[in-house]
Amino acid sequence: MRWNNLISVAAKEKIAFGALFFITLFILAPVVVVLWIIFKNGISAINWEFLTAMPKEGMRAGGIFPAIVGTLYLVVGATVCSLPLGILAAIYLSEYAKENALTRLINLAIVNLSGVPSVVYGLFGFSLFVVFLKFGASIVAGSLTLAIMNLPVIITSTRESLKAVPDYFREVGLSLGASRWQTVRHAVLPFALPGILTGTILSIARAAGETAPILFTVAAFYIPHLPHSVFDQAMALPYHLYIIATQIPNIPNSYRYGTALVLILMVLLMNLVAIIIRSKFRRKYKW
Amino acid sequence: MEHNVCFSVRDLDIRFGAVHALHRVSCDIARNGILGAIGPANSGKTTFLRALNRLNETQDNYRMSGSILLEGRDINKDFKPEGLRRRVGMIFALPMPLPLSIYENIAFGPRRQGINDKRRLDAAVEESLRSAFLWEEVKDRLKSAATKLSGGQQQRLCIARTLAVKPDVILFDEPCSGLDPISTAKVEESMVVLKKKYTIVLVTNNTKQAARVSDRVAFFLMGDLIEEDVTDRIFTSPKDKRTEDYIVGKFG
Repeated sequence: MRWNNLISVAAKEKIAFGALFFITLFILAPVVVVLWIIFKNGISAINWEFLTAMPKEGMRAGGIFPAIVGTLYLVVGATVCSLPLGILAAIYLSEYAKENALTRLINLAIVNLSGVPSVVYGLFGFSLFVVFLKFGASIVAGSLTLAIMNLPVIITSTRESLKAVPDYFREVGLSLGASRWQTVRHAVLPFALPGILTGTILSIARAAGETAPILFTVAAFYIPHLPHSVFDQAMALPYHLYIIATQIPNIPNSYRYGTALVLILMVLLMNLVAIIIRSKFRRKYKW
Repeated sequence: MEHNVCFSVRDLDIRFGAVHALHRVSCDIARNGILGAIGPANSGKTTFLRALNRLNETQDNYRMSGSILLEGRDINKDFKPEGLRRRVGMIFALPMPLPLSIYENIAFGPRRQGINDKRRLDAAVEESLRSAFLWEEVKDRLKSAATKLSGGQQQRLCIARTLAVKPDVILFDEPCSGLDPISTAKVEESMVVLKKKYTIVLVTNNTKQAARVSDRVAFFLMGDLIEEDVTDRIFTSPKDKRTEDYIVGKFG
């Protein structure tokens, strides 16, 4: 009797599904473990003072308020700079630009830019915004650096969402006497919006956690006050975490994990917002 | 005849890159009639149709020469594309409602012309749906999704949507290719009624459909307009041997 006949089809299927299930668990496990360790060790540090007070005693006590505020500033600044620019560029590339050598080159450049390591963006931002444009290390310089890092991701995800809208939507729009822009605005964009929002918000969430681009452009070791203007340096969560994890001895471990927990929660919150917005628009424009 | 001409096509020659889709086609299209364009696949009949509302222009490698006059005005020089398309509407091969409500699908055209007054839109929606013989079936659920309608209803919705733009000409690009016989009959019925007010150009793969509804028939073959004449004459005594062969089903 051949091996093939020894076990039934149903049993084989069970074994296969079981294997797939355990592989999924295996992939999930590290994520759960990381989250659990951070949560377990960090939750004891989190209280009202930790979230709203300035650091004290060389950051060994007090709170991380300035770092939270700094990260929020950077995220908002990067979003304001990159979102309109990225979406408009994607609309141009997907809906208006003709297929030729130049657009192929641009597309290639965008794909490659999204693969550039973030520390390179940091150095670029440093030499362009901090040194050449004389912004100094500041929230402006940091936001712009993060924005430039985000642009390729936003453009790519927006363009993919636009391309996912079937061509007949465009033909229908045009055939009903809509101009080209009206067609894009009313027959294409609404249906690409869920995808655009998901992609952009995820890229923004990523920016919130990046350390390298802000290292040379904005992040301060310690400032005893909140930034007064966008031309001030600021503290930021990822860099603050790096500092208290490596540069400052004798700090309670719960402070390190607590900071990591706050950062993770902020990113998760942004992802949650992305999911809610997406499902809301999906319901509205289902096809 | 002259005052009754809607479209006057002269030496229309169209290429898509290396593909020579249409070879110096000339013909007149009479007002308030149905011109049926028949021919096998890749004969150029859809390209011809899409030249009439300049929809070929969406293709990057499209080139054309010759002229198309709409009531004496050159559609490529004297019209903006959107202005032309407001006078020359189009129904596509597959029913293609946008994933919006029934109401918003029909209001799409008027809204793009800046009509946002609710009473005017309501009136336009009702009038268009009535003209497309769909009003009775959907009047209680105008706010529900257009994609939930049956295929035949969707195609009549697309007709209503085109009528709401108030065109003079309606181009039908194989409008019944995805429909069952009963839905097909309803669409054909509405075409015959519509020709009283509109000029209709109908591209169809179905020779019998052309015989049933059109007043004149144009036969296309591999980019050439072989002949164009009154429907009866095309079907009973075509001048060209190739037309006869196609109609009796020897090829295509």
